[in-house]
Amino acid sequence: MRHLIALISGALFGAGLLVSGMTNTQKVLGFLDFFGDWDPTLVFVMGGAIVPMAVAWAYTRGRKPLNGDSFPAPADPRLDRSLIVGGVLFGAGWGLVGLCPGPALASLSFGGIGGLGFLLAMLAGMVLAPVARRRLDSIGPSH
Amino acid sequence: MNMDWIWGLVGGLMIGCAAAIYLLGNGRIMGASGIVGGMIDGSASKLMSERAAFLVGLIGMPAVLVATGVVGQTLLTGNVPLILCAGLLVGLGTRIGNGCTSGHGVCGISRLSPRGIVATCVYIGTGALVVALLRHGLGFA
Repeated sequence: MRHLIALISGALFGAGLLVSGMTNTQKVLGFLDFFGDWDPTLVFVMGGAIVPMAVAWAYTRGRKPLNGDSFPAPADPRLDRSLIVGGVLFGAGWGLVGLCPGPALASLSFGGIGGLGFLLAMLAGMVLAPVARRRLDSIGPSH
Repeated sequence: MNMDWIWGLVGGLMIGCAAAIYLLGNGRIMGASGIVGGMIDGSASKLMSERAAFLVGLIGMPAVLVATGVVGQTLLTGNVPLILCAGLLVGLGTRIGNGCTSGHGVCGISRLSPRGIVATCVYIGTGALVVALLRHGLGFA
């Protein structure tokens, strides 16, 4: 059952990324191009995605998931250095070519050799991240 | 008139429903970088097969749609060093910052999570800065 739900969720996510245009790097870069010919599509994608999810969060109160004991607890609201550094690194990579992790995976079948290269480099970055994060934490208190 | 915003809205609703199904069904946050990253850096010894099932759907469904005639475009740049550099930064950044557009953006903002909201502002701001530099500052598209 857990696996069926994960499969359905992944499939709907992938279809949504394709339908919304988020696998098209030019649409993403167009959204980030605030000083040029700005493309607002991503605002509608984000807006459309946040509404059902806000309803789902409201529904979780006092309930349990279908499979499992509890819903994820709210994260520590404190903003630490790794959140900011991570956001800057991710944003820089996102702005360079217009791909983030979801669309990079969703476009694997039609993204060509460039898309595959991006995905492999992304996986390499993910493998290296724990080392980078330990370095970051060793600089001193991060809060 | 450009109707892309309608497709954006429909696709966005699908993405939100996918995240809602994952949350209400399995009690988990639908974050693409977390689901993949946890599998490859060994931090997710549990739930490996559940994550794998999610990825089969995420990669497989667009493949099926494109095979049946839906247009799939990436329009990714042909600049290989730029692609590899971007991929490395995205992989590093999403794991160091604990999330990407789906986890922080969709799941975090919808919960009014301060971390999700701040992370989203930071990566959109940085991305916009990079695009401004590439397209308008340094003069190549």
